[in-house]
Amino acid sequence: MDNGLNNSRLDFKILAQNINDEPLVYLDNAATTQKPKAVLQSIINYYEHDNANVHRGVHTLSQRSTNAFESARDKITAFINAPSRETVIYTRSTTESLNLIATSFGNLVVEAGDEIVISPMEHHSNLVPWQQLAAKKHAILKYINLTVDGELDMNHARQQITDKTKIVAITHASNVLGVVNPIQEITKLAHQHGAYMICDGAQSVPHMKVDVQLLDVDFYAFSGHKMLAPTGIGVLYGKVELLQAMQPIQFGGEMIDFVHSQSASWNELPWKFEAGTPNISGAIALGSAIDYLTNLGMQNIQNYEQKLVNYVLPKLLKIDGVTIYGPHNPTNHTGVISFNLDNLHPHDVASGLDMEGIEVRAGHHCAQPLMEYLNVAATVRASFYFYNTKADADRLVNSIQTVKEFFNNGDI
Amino acid sequence: MGISKLNLLYKETVLDHAQHPRHHGKLSAATSHLELRNPTCGDVIDVQAQIEADTIVDLTFDGIGCTISQSSASMMTVALIGQSVTNARELITSFSKLTIGESISTQADESLGDAAILGTVAQFPARIKCATLPWHALDELLEKWETQK
Repeated sequence: MDNGLNNSRLDFKILAQNINDEPLVYLDNAATTQKPKAVLQSIINYYEHDNANVHRGVHTLSQRSTNAFESARDKITAFINAPSRETVIYTRSTTESLNLIATSFGNLVVEAGDEIVISPMEHHSNLVPWQQLAAKKHAILKYINLTVDGELDMNHARQQITDKTKIVAITHASNVLGVVNPIQEITKLAHQHGAYMICDGAQSVPHMKVDVQLLDVDFYAFSGHKMLAPTGIGVLYGKVELLQAMQPIQFGGEMIDFVHSQSASWNELPWKFEAGTPNISGAIALGSAIDYLTNLGMQNIQNYEQKLVNYVLPKLLKIDGVTIYGPHNPTNHTGVISFNLDNLHPHDVASGLDMEGIEVRAGHHCAQPLMEYLNVAATVRASFYFYNTKADADRLVNSIQTVKEFFNNGDI
Repeated sequence: MGISKLNLLYKETVLDHAQHPRHHGKLSAATSHLELRNPTCGDVIDVQAQIEADTIVDLTFDGIGCTISQSSASMMTVALIGQSVTNARELITSFSKLTIGESISTQADESLGDAAILGTVAQFPARIKCATLPWHALDELLEKWETQK
C-alpha cells in the first residue's frame, strides 16, 4: 500500500479514520496541515518536562524552556537560510507578520503619493494591510495583472513598479491558483526602483526549499500550522538593518531593555518585536516540524508533490464540466488546485465530497478580489501534501464524478 | 454510506425550490430591503419586502448562493408572505430551532410549509448557515422596520 513520501502517512494518526463511513482523504492542506506524532510529542515533552516562562528566571526550568524556545529559532534560521537568528521573529501567524510590517515598516517609509504594488492573487492578509496603509498615508495601491493562465504578468509588473514605488508585496505561491511567482526577479525589479520587497511565504515554505538570502527579499512571512506545526505560531524574517530601524508595535514584557517611569528603551533584536509571553510550545513544535521536514528533504517533498500534480491535474481536466482556475500545465502548478463543477455552487460540491470522506475547501479562500478577477463567486479547492497519495487523487477524481451524477450534471 | 446521505438534505422539494425559485428578483413596491453576506463563503442575499399595516404583503429575494441557501430563501418567501411582522419573526425563530434539531409546535411546522423540510440540515452542521442566511436577513429587516415604525 502506498503511504505517501517515505511512508510518512503512518505518522499522522488522524488520517487513519472514516468520515461519513468512508476512509478520510484530507485535501485541505492549504488551509492547515495535519500534525505528525513527533510534533505532537514535542509539545507533550515540553509540558511534561520543561514548562516555564522564557527569558524571565534564573531557575533551571526557565533555562531549559528558554533554550528549547531559542534553539527552535536557530532551526528556523537555518531552514530558510536567514543570515542570523536576530532576523527571525516569532509572531502568531503570517497575518500578524504582514500586519507588523505594514504597520511598523509601512509607517516608517511610505509617504503621500508613494505607490504600493501588489497583485490580485494576494490573500486578504497580504492585501488589506496595504489597502489600510495606503488609505492612511494617501499612497496609491496598484495591482500587477495576471495572464490568462493566472500567472503574474511580468511585462505589466515592469510597468507598474516605478521610481514612485516604495513597497512591492507579492505572494510566493498562490493559495488559489497553484502558481509560484518569480520572487527573485520581482525583488530585483523592486530594488532597481528603490522599493522594498515583501513576500508572503505561507504557501511556499511548507512545500519547497526557500532561501531568503537568495531571493534577496526584504521581508518574508510564514505560518507554522501550514507546515505540520500547531496554529498560533508564525514567523517574520526581515533584513537586520530594516528591523533595527523599525519601531515595535506592541509593548510590554520581554521587548523592553529598561523601563523608567516616563520612558523606556527597547530590547535588541529579535525580542524587540516579541512583547508578552510568547507561544513557547508552538515555537518548539515548529522546530520539531522543521526537523521532520528536513529529514524528508524539501526537494523530495517538492518532487513528490509535483508527481501527484502531474498525475491528478490531467485527470481533473478530463472530467466533463470541470473548470480549473490557474495554469493547466502541471509543471507550472503546485498541489493547490481550484475548480468548479458544471454550474454547481462550490458548497454543494464540497458537501457531496464530504459525504464521500473527502475534505476540500469551498469558498473565496480569503481572496475576494481574485474571485472578482476570475468572475466567480467562489471555488472548490483541493490541496495536496506529501502524505497524500495517488489513491487519494483517484478518490477525488471518482468522487467528483459521483457528485456530478448526484446533482444530475448540474441540472439540479 | 457515502453520497446517498445527501438525499436527506437535497430532497425533491428542496431541489424544486432551487431550480424554480419562487418570488425571485426585485420588488418594485418594496418598502424596505436588506443585504446580508456570509463572509466565510462570499454568498450574498438581498431580501426585499413590502410591509403594510404590520403585514408582509410581498417578499422577494435576490443574490448568489448555493442550492440550500437559494432553496431556503424561496421557501421562506412562500411561508411568510401574508404573515404579520410579529408572526413572521416567530416563524423565523421556529425555523432556526428546526435547523439545530430542536422541536417546534405543530402549528409552526404547518405554517413553515415546505421550509420545514429543511430541518434535516441539522444533520449537516456545516450547512446550517446556508439554510439560515435568508431568514437572518429578513429577521434583521423586520427588526429594523419595527424600531423605525
